[in-house]
Amino acid sequence: MNKLLLMCLNFFKTGLLAVGGGLATVPFLKEIAEKHPDWYTVEDLTNMIAVGESTPGPIGINIATYAGFQTAGVIGGILATLFMVAPSFIVIMIIYKAWQKFKDNDKVQATFLGLRPAGIGLILSVCYTVFVSAVIPGGTFNPYLLLMFLVFFAALQIPKIKDIHPIFYILLAAAIGIIFKL
Amino acid sequence: MLPLMEAEAVDRNSWVTKEEMLDIYTLSQCTPGVIAVNTATFIGRKTKGFFGALFATLGVITPSLIIISLIAAFFTSFADNPYVVHAFAGIRVAVAALMACVVLKFIKSGIKAPAQVGILIAAFITVAFLKISPVIIILVSGLFGFFALRGKEAEVDE
Repeated sequence: MNKLLLMCLNFFKTGLLAVGGGLATVPFLKEIAEKHPDWYTVEDLTNMIAVGESTPGPIGINIATYAGFQTAGVIGGILATLFMVAPSFIVIMIIYKAWQKFKDNDKVQATFLGLRPAGIGLILSVCYTVFVSAVIPGGTFNPYLLLMFLVFFAALQIPKIKDIHPIFYILLAAAIGIIFKL
Repeated sequence: MLPLMEAEAVDRNSWVTKEEMLDIYTLSQCTPGVIAVNTATFIGRKTKGFFGALFATLGVITPSLIIISLIAAFFTSFADNPYVVHAFAGIRVAVAALMACVVLKFIKSGIKAPAQVGILIAAFITVAFLKISPVIIILVSGLFGFFALRGKEAEVDE
C-alpha cells in the first residue's frame, strides 16, 4: 500500500482509540514505530515527547505532527495531524445534538469507567519504555542516569517546584547531558 | 491550554457560558482524541455550526503544525551532532520523570473503583511485557466497562 495512505490510516486509528488526552496517543504511535521502524523509531518517539512537552500547543498534536514529519516530511506532518483529529471531529459532529443525553447515559459512563484505567495503563507502559531507554541507553545500565531520574522525580513531587513548566526540566536535563557527556 | 481557551471563549468573546464550558470539557474527555482539540471543536460547533467546528479545529492545530515542522526540520539535520546526542540522553531522563508524574496524577484523579486498578495493571503488563496491541486493550476494556461496570460510578460517589 502507498506509504502516505498507510500512514494516514494509522493516524486515523490512533485518533479514534486514544482515550484520555494527548499522551494517550503515544502507545499507538509506539506501535506504529514498532511496525514501521523505517518511518520513525521508538527512540525518536521519546525525542518527540520531549519536543511536544516543551512547545506550545496540545502535546498530542505536537507529537503527531512530529511523527508525521519524520515519516514523510512537511506533507506527512500535515496529513498525520489532520487524520488524527478526523475521528474526534466526526464523533463530535454525530453526538453533538444528543450531547446532554450522551454525557448522562449510564452505558457511556460505564464504558469510560473501563476505558480510563486502560488508557492510564497504556501511558504507564510507554513511561516504562521511556524509562528503560533513558536509564539503560544502548543496553548498558548507567547508575548516574538512574540517580538523575530519581532526583527529577523527587523534585516533581515538591509543591511549588512541580508547577514549573516542563520546558525548564527538559532544558536543565539537556544542559546536564551536554556538561557530563551522557 | 484549557485556562487559555476559557479566557477566549467565555471571558473575551462570550461564545459559551462558564457552565457550558464545564460541560464541553467533560464531554471532550469522553470523546476520543486530544482533549484540547475536542474542546475547540465543540465550541466551534456551538457557536457557528459545522463550519465553526471545522475552522475552530483547524485553528487550534495550525500553530503546532508550523512550530513542530520547523523544529523537526532543524533536529533532523542536527540529529548526529554530538551535543544534540548528549542533550537528548539527558532529556530522555527528564521525559521519563515527567511522564511518571503524569501517570501518578491520572491515577489520583481517574481511579475510583477497585476493578479499575485491575484494568490498569492488566493493561500495563499485557502491553509492556506481553507485547499485546494497545488496540485490543482499549476494545476489551471498553467492552468490559460497558457490560460489567454499569452503576459502579454511583457506588463510588456515595
